[in-house]
Amino acid sequence: MSETLKKTPLYDLHVELGAKMVPFAGYSMPVQYPAGIMAEHKQTRAAAAIFDVSHMGIVRLMGENAISALESLLPADLANLAENSIRYSFFTNEEGGILDDLMITKVPGGLSLVINAACKDADIAHIKSKIGDQVEVEVEYDNALIALQGPKSVDVLARFDARCADMKFMTFMSLDIDGVTCQVSRSGYTGEDGYEIAIPGDKADAIVRRLLEEPEVEVSGLGARDSLRMEAGLCLYGNDIDTTTTPIEAGLIWAIQKRRRAEGGFPGDDVILQQIADGAPRRLVGILPVGRAPLRAGVEIANASGEVIGKVTSGGFGPSVGGPIAIAYVTSDYKAPDTALNALVRGKELPCRVVKMPFEQKSYFRG
Amino acid sequence: MSEVKFSEDHEWISVDGDIGTVGITEFAQEQLGDVVFVEVPDEGKDLEQGDEAAVVESVKAASEVLAICDGEVIEGNEALADEPSLVNSAPMGEGWFYKVKISDASQLEELMDADAYKTFIEGQG
Repeated sequence: MSETLKKTPLYDLHVELGAKMVPFAGYSMPVQYPAGIMAEHKQTRAAAAIFDVSHMGIVRLMGENAISALESLLPADLANLAENSIRYSFFTNEEGGILDDLMITKVPGGLSLVINAACKDADIAHIKSKIGDQVEVEVEYDNALIALQGPKSVDVLARFDARCADMKFMTFMSLDIDGVTCQVSRSGYTGEDGYEIAIPGDKADAIVRRLLEEPEVEVSGLGARDSLRMEAGLCLYGNDIDTTTTPIEAGLIWAIQKRRRAEGGFPGDDVILQQIADGAPRRLVGILPVGRAPLRAGVEIANASGEVIGKVTSGGFGPSVGGPIAIAYVTSDYKAPDTALNALVRGKELPCRVVKMPFEQKSYFRG
Repeated sequence: MSEVKFSEDHEWISVDGDIGTVGITEFAQEQLGDVVFVEVPDEGKDLEQGDEAAVVESVKAASEVLAICDGEVIEGNEALADEPSLVNSAPMGEGWFYKVKISDASQLEELMDADAYKTFIEGQG
């Protein structure tokens, strides 16, 4: 043990519920509960599940320059983001690589960011060093953050505050949950409708226990979170995207709005705008193995003549797909859906093919 | 009358004459969680104790199953190809991995009996 793991405000509840706790980004987090990853995954797709994501960072950038300052670090159009709306984006480096991906909410007087646990310290240092003189940086340490995900999430939450039903996907609102004011986004990382809810740390345990009393709701761990996001074709920072991958290679061009494509003005804009114009040398694609063997991160992908043309960055079993699924970078010549390739696993060539993502259709509430 | 022995890698071998049937224990399947894929060795494969004999994959991760003793594989459990979850539901029964013709019976003497294994896993918490 090199250092003491941090605990979220829900730690005691996880242990009480029989969670298998694992170290993750410096925190002790539940990877699964006694029901198991398969059951937790299916519960999320069929009804509703609560995930503890309190390890993620919440940072507010306040002040009149917040928008222009943050736009200098990433390629999202924030000037045209409506109040209480949310946008997905990523901090880029000078080479066009990705430092972290994040959610940005336009709040009164500034912006609220949700950043990855493993990148939290580096992101905050990056923000402070680059734009710390233009904005007030407030790091939130006391909140719990949970995700309530699944098609029944809306029915459950509406019993506490009916306004949640009218929220559109990727919007934000303060809601009253059991007498506590919570900061709620209609968003998530599972491919299902749902909410991400910031709760004052000292109230989180009671609220989660209250939500778990609702018949549709169960707890779910990081294991199911990973299989759900893979089926939804959503990138995981550190696996599918990192400092060596560009947003265009990762298929994230949709998150670079028109004005920013025209104007640039973010780190690595030369590389990224050129790839938008000319195409990227490699692309992130869905890979569906023909057989039953899962393809894990690191597995090489070869063309018909045995030449290695790609590598799996995320892979495993998709409980809703009912078989193995993987996400891989392949040389752009092989990115077309239905391209037949081979995965090199334990000295064998296992046939697979390129497929469009998501593996499972998303069902978000667009109003 | 067959005898069942256990390894520190949480495998079991049920010995009947010079034929052993090998699988993973209840404790191992609980640790793995939902098993989604098993690769068993082909018939005729020569195993040396400690070699990678099989692969078992859960939703989350792949694990190697090491050969519990030297010998020639006489059968892999083909039922696991279609129904890998047998490893979860019947790890000591229908979820067996392979049968081996034991070539060095002395290796089995180093293994644990059921009581010793029970004590061993209690120590694993």
